[in-house]
Amino acid sequence: MLPADLKPDKFNGYPPEARKLATNYIAALQRLPLSFLPSLLREVIEYDFKFPVERKAVERELANLASLSPEQTKEWFQGFSQIRLSTQLENADWVNAPAQYVEQFSAYLWSTHQQDAFRAAAVGYAERLHAVAPPEPPPMPRLGITVVGQGVETYDAPLFRKLRAHGVYFNHVNPENGLQFLLDGVAARAQAHPAPYAHWYIDGGQETRYDPALTCVSYHALEPARAALSAKMRAEIERPGMGPEALRSLMARMRPEDLGLNAMPGKTSDPIMERFQLKVLTEGSGTQIFATTFAQWTAREALRRAQPLTLLVRFAPRQRQKPMNEMISDSTRPVELDPVGSLVDGDFGAYYNWLNQQRLPGAEQSRFLVWFEGHIEAVAIGPSWPRGTQSNAAADMKQLLS
Amino acid sequence: MNSRSQFGLTGRAGRFSMDAVNPREIARQLAFTRRDFLRSAAGVALGSTLLHSPIALAGAAMKKRKVVVITFGGGARDQETFAPEGQENIPHLMREMIPQSTFFTQVVNRGILGHYVATASLATGAYETFNNFAAVSPEHPTVFEYFRKDLHRPASDAWVIAPSNGFNRIGESSSRSYGPGLGARVILPKHLLTAATGGSGGKDYEHLLRDNYETPFYTPELSGNEFELQQLAMMLKLSVDDFKAHALTLSSPDELSVYIARQLMRQVAPSLLWITMHDIDIAHAGAYSLYIDGIKRTDRLCAELWKTIQTEPEYAGNTTLFVLPDFGRDSDEDSGGNGFQHHRTGDALSRTTWLMAMGAGVREGIVYDRPTESTDLVPTLGSMMGFSAALAQGKPIPELL
Repeated sequence: MLPADLKPDKFNGYPPEARKLATNYIAALQRLPLSFLPSLLREVIEYDFKFPVERKAVERELANLASLSPEQTKEWFQGFSQIRLSTQLENADWVNAPAQYVEQFSAYLWSTHQQDAFRAAAVGYAERLHAVAPPEPPPMPRLGITVVGQGVETYDAPLFRKLRAHGVYFNHVNPENGLQFLLDGVAARAQAHPAPYAHWYIDGGQETRYDPALTCVSYHALEPARAALSAKMRAEIERPGMGPEALRSLMARMRPEDLGLNAMPGKTSDPIMERFQLKVLTEGSGTQIFATTFAQWTAREALRRAQPLTLLVRFAPRQRQKPMNEMISDSTRPVELDPVGSLVDGDFGAYYNWLNQQRLPGAEQSRFLVWFEGHIEAVAIGPSWPRGTQSNAAADMKQLLS
Repeated sequence: MNSRSQFGLTGRAGRFSMDAVNPREIARQLAFTRRDFLRSAAGVALGSTLLHSPIALAGAAMKKRKVVVITFGGGARDQETFAPEGQENIPHLMREMIPQSTFFTQVVNRGILGHYVATASLATGAYETFNNFAAVSPEHPTVFEYFRKDLHRPASDAWVIAPSNGFNRIGESSSRSYGPGLGARVILPKHLLTAATGGSGGKDYEHLLRDNYETPFYTPELSGNEFELQQLAMMLKLSVDDFKAHALTLSSPDELSVYIARQLMRQVAPSLLWITMHDIDIAHAGAYSLYIDGIKRTDRLCAELWKTIQTEPEYAGNTTLFVLPDFGRDSDEDSGGNGFQHHRTGDALSRTTWLMAMGAGVREGIVYDRPTESTDLVPTLGSMMGFSAALAQGKPIPELL
């Protein structure tokens, strides 16, 4: 089927809000090339489970597409129209399974050496859309905080090397009650500017007590879901004929209830967060194995998707990668942690948290703080902090957050 | 969600400039930067295309010539290797190997960035297009087939040591003119280990013998068999007990591969030996410290292999070593990826890698920044060793001939 053949009933399999959205804009969708449309439908079909910022972006994009004349549409999508497609792709069920289609399409682009052409078309489209429908600036300057090094007593190598150039490196921070102060600061922002999914706390270990106004995700709380996922994967892998791609497809079809995410103890049902956590575990490579990867990827996805005004990420020790001699000699040892390796992971993860925050609207006013938990080192970045400088003066968290 | 994130392109114009769209320019700039790092840190000189290798004068010695190729699965980025802040991770490459090598800073891979298909493309000199995760032979003839057919070499003269289950077909193509019976012998060290340990080890054993970091949950079947145990005993002159005992002293799959390589060089001394390493690709698990550990280990293992080449009588003085990653990793600046973790964006950094050649017939301390392609390796080996890579897409690299 080609986009021009789209009919409203083709969207009957979509969740209610997504169906309504797609049928409202069906005329615009019919004009789009097949090399483009499924990637848009991949967003539309998830509309019911999207964060508010994402919903607005999808609505803005559809409204723009609907406003284009046929000539403008042709011009906007010229690059996409030149992508050659296979009959197999044309016959695939790109309406009801757009994510799977995009995955197959991506493999096809690689194998036909059209990846660069597609990439150029996508970037061109994104630039145009950004120009005519720019994202809204945040209602307050964003604040990102990353806390690293939990469980590390001493560490002699230089920290925050990637971030120092962008702000002030402090080496006499008072660490007393530091984490609590940061959590209180984040909570105060959430109270002062309440909005759904606007203020986050992500913990790579067990979450500490937090204000209910915060959206919280933790590695520890998801332990039952991680275990359920591992068990399912092991069972699937043992089936004859199961390979990586079949496994990916299987994970893409999973629902939150398959991993018990809809019935987490002490949590109120929240389909958007349940879906978010499912995707973190099934789409994020390594998030199931390493706590540090979980924290970094969850933060990346939260920033990319929810675009929070406040984000506190606390890294915790991950399990140690076992060397081969341990693999052979003993498989029953309890999980051993690697706090120093995790500090290195967290240090680089902090850099990625900052980079991802800076990709959002309002970057010029955004602030960022990274702190070595329980220690005296931190870097503060923001419009009021001179770049690439060092402060040897005593400082407390209040000053760093000011 | 904005439309960039729809394509994995969430970068804002301005701070994260979309100038990055021009991959050729990025690759060129990357090559120049890499060249400058090497010139300042490793003391190498900028090469001219007029310089040719002295190998052409060594025709009389061609018959004894041996070639060892080391490829890395996944590669590492400049900021963790050749850039000033990364040089601490590759002390052996920087101080010992690069000063003795001819180094190409701009080797572009225009193919599919999956490890098996990309390594197969390196081995055929043609961009293979098969499914990266399928257990299939390359479509084009491999370097091993060209070498064996043209030079009438026995099967024992061309070997591959490969990291992963999926690589077991890399030694021989499905090409009608070449193919069956003309390929290399392939050793999968982890298969050997599985065979030696009787396939036991429990869940931890399976998990940690996982050899495909591109798919976090996929644990390919690793089953040792009688043939592999025979390889141990007959070819490598190793008893199962000695092998197991030595394996206990090793810390990674690549160490196991290098151990097997050294044993093979000592016992069989093949003229064409291809070793594919994979430890760096732990980066897919997202733990930066483990990625750095992988780089440091690979650096050390490359130096150990070079030392073995220089000290083993069958190899010393007549062997050319090639070291190259199959491709790179995503840059931090491309918001479609997640930096070092993957190689999914197809950006210029993930496509632009390098090649180091050293040993017999290669000039020392020269760096070239002109573009070459990863498919140029096989035709270059052909020109060096005296076979024709007739169906390869690449071209011989004149600076090495």
